[in-house]
Amino acid sequence: MLSRVADSIYWMGRYIERAENVARFVDVNLHLLLDLPEDFEGQWGALVKITGDYEDFEKRYSSADDESVIEFLTFDRANPNSILSCVLNARENARSIREIISAETWEALNEFYLTVTAPRAKGDAGSNPHEFFRGVRKACHLLEGVMSETMSRGEAWHFSRVGRLLERADKTTRILDIKYFLLLPDASDVGSPIDDLHWTAVLRSASAQDMYRKVHGRVTPDLIVRFLVLDREFPRSTLFCLSEAEHSLHAITGTPHKTFRNLAERRLGQLVAELDYTDEQEIVKAGLHESLDQIQAKINRVGDCVFETFFTSKPVRGSTLR
Amino acid sequence: MTVAAFQVEGAKSTVSRLREAARARSDKVPIEPTRVDAAMKFANYQTEGFFDELFTEGNVPREHARALFERIDALPDGELRRKLQMAERALMRLGITFNVYGADEGSERIFPFDIIPRIIAADEWDRVERGLRQRIRALNLFIDDIYHAQRIVADRVIPRELIESASGYRPQCQDLDPPRSVWCHITGVDLVRDGSGEIYVLEDNLRCPSGVSYVLENRSVMKETFPQVFDGLGVRPVYDYGSRLLSMLEDVAPRGGGANPGIVVLTPGVYNSAYFEHSFLARQMGVELVEGRDLVVFDGYVWMRTTQGFERVDVIYRRIDDDFLDPKVFRPDSMLGVPGLMEVYKAGRVTLANAPGTGVADDKVIYAYVPEIIRYYLGEDPIIPNVPTYLCWREKDRSHVLENLDKLVVKPANESGGYGLMVGPHATPEVREEFRGRILANPRNYIAQPTLDLSRVPTMIGEEFEGRHVDLRPYVLFGRQIYVLPGGLTRVALRKGSLVVNSSQGGGSKDTWVLGPNGARGNPPAQTQTQSQEQSPEC
Repeated sequence: MLSRVADSIYWMGRYIERAENVARFVDVNLHLLLDLPEDFEGQWGALVKITGDYEDFEKRYSSADDESVIEFLTFDRANPNSILSCVLNARENARSIREIISAETWEALNEFYLTVTAPRAKGDAGSNPHEFFRGVRKACHLLEGVMSETMSRGEAWHFSRVGRLLERADKTTRILDIKYFLLLPDASDVGSPIDDLHWTAVLRSASAQDMYRKVHGRVTPDLIVRFLVLDREFPRSTLFCLSEAEHSLHAITGTPHKTFRNLAERRLGQLVAELDYTDEQEIVKAGLHESLDQIQAKINRVGDCVFETFFTSKPVRGSTLR
Repeated sequence: MTVAAFQVEGAKSTVSRLREAARARSDKVPIEPTRVDAAMKFANYQTEGFFDELFTEGNVPREHARALFERIDALPDGELRRKLQMAERALMRLGITFNVYGADEGSERIFPFDIIPRIIAADEWDRVERGLRQRIRALNLFIDDIYHAQRIVADRVIPRELIESASGYRPQCQDLDPPRSVWCHITGVDLVRDGSGEIYVLEDNLRCPSGVSYVLENRSVMKETFPQVFDGLGVRPVYDYGSRLLSMLEDVAPRGGGANPGIVVLTPGVYNSAYFEHSFLARQMGVELVEGRDLVVFDGYVWMRTTQGFERVDVIYRRIDDDFLDPKVFRPDSMLGVPGLMEVYKAGRVTLANAPGTGVADDKVIYAYVPEIIRYYLGEDPIIPNVPTYLCWREKDRSHVLENLDKLVVKPANESGGYGLMVGPHATPEVREEFRGRILANPRNYIAQPTLDLSRVPTMIGEEFEGRHVDLRPYVLFGRQIYVLPGGLTRVALRKGSLVVNSSQGGGSKDTWVLGPNGARGNPPAQTQTQSQEQSPEC
């Protein structure tokens, strides 16, 4: 597969996943706010903080309220991680590899694009936000389903998986981290109904509420960390995503499991091993925010290594006719 | 995608369901026998003195179009309009668009599509096909001669200075020997029909003709939105163009290159106006779509950069112009090409389709010599005539042109896409004067042709049907042998009275149906087994 093509399909996967995650946690936050006292408007800033784009946001918006945050996260073209930017980028990547992805995949993505760029999209998101964000989520799920059912399990498929799974692993840690940024009126609120509400919102932001309850029942912070970071069966847990990404990476190269032939396999393998042999107590003891931050940095490094290993042009051995 | 789904005969159950529905519907709207030759929905349609592809002068459907109009008449009111909207939505959803240069994002447009097909009768198509084969064979011999001994110049059929001043002439191609001596692998010849019904060749397009993807997609969309009008008409299929193209490219792979040549489509990139087509064709053939930056030359071969290292490339269906192919040989500022490509090409280790240098015959002055070229190389008279052409570099022609600027179409010799031409009767006196100046300043670069009353086809304009002018671009493949795709792209000038059909100038397209010799279909495939309530009698 062409390096450029692999790069495009990897990023197509990442951008779709990113759009879905943004849609999910904006929607959940909208729900959450209805249950909170009115002076909790400050929550909106936290949504931007977990994306890591707060600096950019602060420069261009005067206050962090529902309107500005939704605009920034949804329709702002200048924000490279807004839903609209993600969909445009995913489609632009797909457009350059239409002969690689299945026609159905292209069609689903193109329809998604036509929906979010339609003139009435902004009005819809304002007047009926849940409907709008659910639509975005559904479009992303549809895409994943269509790809799964129409694409051969070849290199193209696996590169899109690696992109999508690394993105999801990262986003799940960020969703969990939102607790760090959310405001509690004072320390005594820890363990209060408001605190509980927050934790439930975290689970819902990761589409994890139902699966979590089946496994753990009670909502407690430690178990939520265990579920979202270390669960081996939940498809959005960080460890699950990274293990699957590792599987795809090895399917691309043919390198046997638990060995490596390039830096991407090596770094990803190290990270998976680290999570394989830790537990939630260790994570919380080291500071949840700090631990999550470290995991994010390591996921980013894996991404860099994937780029170095597969997408950059390798040196050429001279260029004359023999 | 739908193309495959509808064209694989296995999709039988859906198709037959649609057919049954169509029949049921036509049962409800009986066609009275007396109305058979006057299409009801076209009762007000006027040919207005033009040659109409589907109607005779008496506003009666032509023999080969009668079945179509019967079926259209059987549709409920408003159905055609709905079908057209369905088709347009499908094109948008499928992203079958072209890019508009100079505009921002959101500049993708669908190529406007009209629901009434253009129909060509079997016997007429036979003649066109023979004419195209003859023409392409002769042109290929001509190009090969130009880059070798130039016998045609030595024999004083064409003056040397005309060849050397043609903008598509590439002296760098002298003595090149492409495999099978084929230079023009893919050609999209523009044909027009005038008021008398005669078909002419307007342009040969021997470089990178585009548009074939619209032929395939138009057909696919028509079949989806309009299955009931296809049934049993024996419209010749076009879906196998991709595999024909692939076998042609395999046929011209470098000699001794091995059994499975590496084939790619080379595109200038996603912002090119024909990008959709480049990716479409790569997908149809199942080959890589590459950009210049994906290719690299070393060790005497062309390679593409892949995730697993370098892979050899043997045949390049290139959709970039000669000038941009190789900055070492042609334009040094080209960012789209591959440095060193021509060196590998000259060594016979990669095939370029089309070969560089074919543009010499696209020059409209050289075009005027094609009837001579056919006689010279084949000893035959041309089957399809050229449009009569005045060459402004000839003094006699020039004075005739200058005296008749209000009647003629004046074209620059080296442009395509409908740019830079003047349609005399539609031009203002100022524009005519401007062209007089241009012709006098550079007579070699201008030709003139009579303004043809291009034939028309009924086209849906609002709720009504009006005649609109069309041309036809059939596609010809040349590898081991010559293949002509039945039909081609019918482009239609949607603006009333306009004679310019180019998409960049407000043109649209229509599906083009070439009818089979007797409307016959092949044997239907065996039915897919379904759960049965009864035992088969043989069991």
